[in-house]
Amino acid sequence: MDFTFNEEQTLIQDQVDQFVQKEYDWETRQSLSNSDLGFGEANWQKFAELGWLGISVSEESGGFGGSAIESMLIMEAFGKGLVVEPFLETMIMAGSLIDDHGSDEQKSSVLEPAISGEMHLALAYAEPQSRFNLSDVVTEAKAEGENYILSGYKSVVMNGPSANKIIISARTSGSQLDENGITLFIVDTDSNGLAKTNYKTVDGRRASDLTLENVSVSKDNIIGSLDSGFEILDSAIDKAILAISAEAVGAMEVLYKTTVEYTKTREQFGTSIGKFQVLQHRMVDMFMEYEQCKSLLYMATMKHEEGAPDAKKAISGLKYQVGKAGKFIGQQAVQLHGGMGVTDELNVGHYFKRLTTVGTIFGNTDYHLKKYTSL
Amino acid sequence: MDLKFSEADVTFREEVINFLETEYPDDIKEKQDKRIPLEKDEIVRWQQILNKKGWFAINWPTEYTNHEELSVTQKYILQEELAKANTPTNIPFGVGMCAPVVYTFGTDEQKEKFLPSILNSEVWWCQGYSEPGSGSDLASLKTKAELKGDKYIVNGAKTWTTLAQHADWIFCLVRTETTDIKQEGISFLLIDMKTSGIEVKPIITIDGSHEVNMVYFDNVEVPAENLVGEQGQGWNIAKFLLAHERSGIAGIAALKRELTRLKDLSSDIPLGEGTLLEDVQFRNKIEETEIELTATEFTELRTLAAMSQGGSPGAESSILKIKGTELQQTISELFVEMLAYYAHPFYLENEIGSNETVGPDYAAPVMPHYLNYRKVTIYGGSNEIQRNVISKAILGL
Repeated sequence: MDFTFNEEQTLIQDQVDQFVQKEYDWETRQSLSNSDLGFGEANWQKFAELGWLGISVSEESGGFGGSAIESMLIMEAFGKGLVVEPFLETMIMAGSLIDDHGSDEQKSSVLEPAISGEMHLALAYAEPQSRFNLSDVVTEAKAEGENYILSGYKSVVMNGPSANKIIISARTSGSQLDENGITLFIVDTDSNGLAKTNYKTVDGRRASDLTLENVSVSKDNIIGSLDSGFEILDSAIDKAILAISAEAVGAMEVLYKTTVEYTKTREQFGTSIGKFQVLQHRMVDMFMEYEQCKSLLYMATMKHEEGAPDAKKAISGLKYQVGKAGKFIGQQAVQLHGGMGVTDELNVGHYFKRLTTVGTIFGNTDYHLKKYTSL
Repeated sequence: MDLKFSEADVTFREEVINFLETEYPDDIKEKQDKRIPLEKDEIVRWQQILNKKGWFAINWPTEYTNHEELSVTQKYILQEELAKANTPTNIPFGVGMCAPVVYTFGTDEQKEKFLPSILNSEVWWCQGYSEPGSGSDLASLKTKAELKGDKYIVNGAKTWTTLAQHADWIFCLVRTETTDIKQEGISFLLIDMKTSGIEVKPIITIDGSHEVNMVYFDNVEVPAENLVGEQGQGWNIAKFLLAHERSGIAGIAALKRELTRLKDLSSDIPLGEGTLLEDVQFRNKIEETEIELTATEFTELRTLAAMSQGGSPGAESSILKIKGTELQQTISELFVEMLAYYAHPFYLENEIGSNETVGPDYAAPVMPHYLNYRKVTIYGGSNEIQRNVISKAILGL
């Protein structure tokens, strides 16, 4: 057992931390989040130049061959700054999926441009009725010669507005809830018949709902093989859960520390409110929840990396804890900041909002507790 | 960063398993498996078996044990396997509490006099900290030790003294001076329980057991050479002790065993068409507990890893105390819930394991254990005090 990071990992951690501290202050973050694009294109190019985008992509696919640990470190640092650039969407959700299961042609035409910052990606897996069930797929794909014709609807596709290509899960056989019969397609967002409704999400990011009406996709754009998309999707979501949990841990750290500092300066009844034991113990509980989350994050990431038989169970346990701790820390940070905590001006409310969406994305506490039990 | 066990670690685990197969006495194992409380001589016998192998005082510096030091991973493996086999828990007062104070603050004479007999479990220690008027506010303690010539004359009373009825010696916090800052007048004194003027009176707890005691001191004469450290240094020693010996404080390995046992037992209890374990509400509580337990296990491993890199066990160990004891209580509560009505027949310690108990054969110790374990969030610095410690030392409030 070893809980230390190697030299390259420490280096990348320092580099991303420095970026967040020096180039991503709160005003910058807010202006990027409020811009039309919803993030900084210059930042994205910088991530590409520094090699962050391809860090966890295998060398065979044109990346730098890092592990889930590098992604974890990047996402944790991003969580501290509430970074809105869509690293999770483009590189983890879609990128790692192509890295693990894509064809050589898909890697060179989609993954490589993503690594170099020229292309944005998204993963469209949810539908209005599916909630968190990845195998609940109504969107259909019907074979027609060398192509498939996709029709259906995809919900809340994160980074949808910027994505040049979207990986879409569609049913090629079986019935609505079957795990078998789901196929993943890489679809150009300017395809005929694909309409995006773009919007801002409550956490200051961007998403789209997709309507597909007879969208024609070449069978070369199938990832993996026909009908076997569920397992690919499921393993991509596992990686995404690890990444988003790391982001959440970073956000939790900032929230509990910001709250502690605030209660040292805010005075009421002639003393700083941090002197009140009822608040001290609340903040200790926030701190402990954060530490417990971090412990599960490390554990689950290492188990995943090592291909441990109980890695999936560990990931569901982690997501459950992230949901629980994120809600507690977020709500209490707002509570302890009093009225300021509910203002748009203060960053605290925005961290709370991100932890709130993270609690739901890829499955909430109820879903993952049930999944944990079943594994 | 990885969770892999090296080949040496795997070999070490096999060694532990083999050791347990050959050296763990059947009679003790049988009592342990039936949750029958052990007699003193049985605990001593087991601790001596562990010590012979070098697996008793695993956190002591090797110069005092003449055994090889175990790595963090090996200690983890050892504790896990000992717990899996359900071996008796070490009594901590000598090996885990008094000894670290003696080898850190004591004179060479004190080390020679006290350490070997702790190591082979010949001499039993108890802890004289709390007093009737000093609980969480420990520094307000009043038991007085006046230096007269080469002796301290001790007067006062200690309470909640675990296993004082079996102890040969007691380590005490005593007031040697009245100072403006109450912490500065406290000293750390070692007292032979056979000294005249000491009286031990049992306190019976809600589970009906005799575990804790009142210890009264009436003009008890203690040789001045039994002072550890400087006069007035007692509070610092007490704080050192609080942060020290946190390895295993949360009792993770035993909790993992008990949670597995809870699942096994509840999967045999019919409920409607299925079993209790299949009941969503009961099952959810078990799974939530297991996730919290895993988190605590890895928090402990992270803390131990940091310590092995030269860090000190600071206030972080308070997290382990809080989380570990909360889990101990939660699991003890789930056992009671599992039993429903058969948690209610009340048996004393000496009746547990007899043929006269009703209900499932594992039922009798469940409620006493639940009742007894209300203590864990109170002792060792209550969980409220632990939160004060974290608040001050980590959050800087």
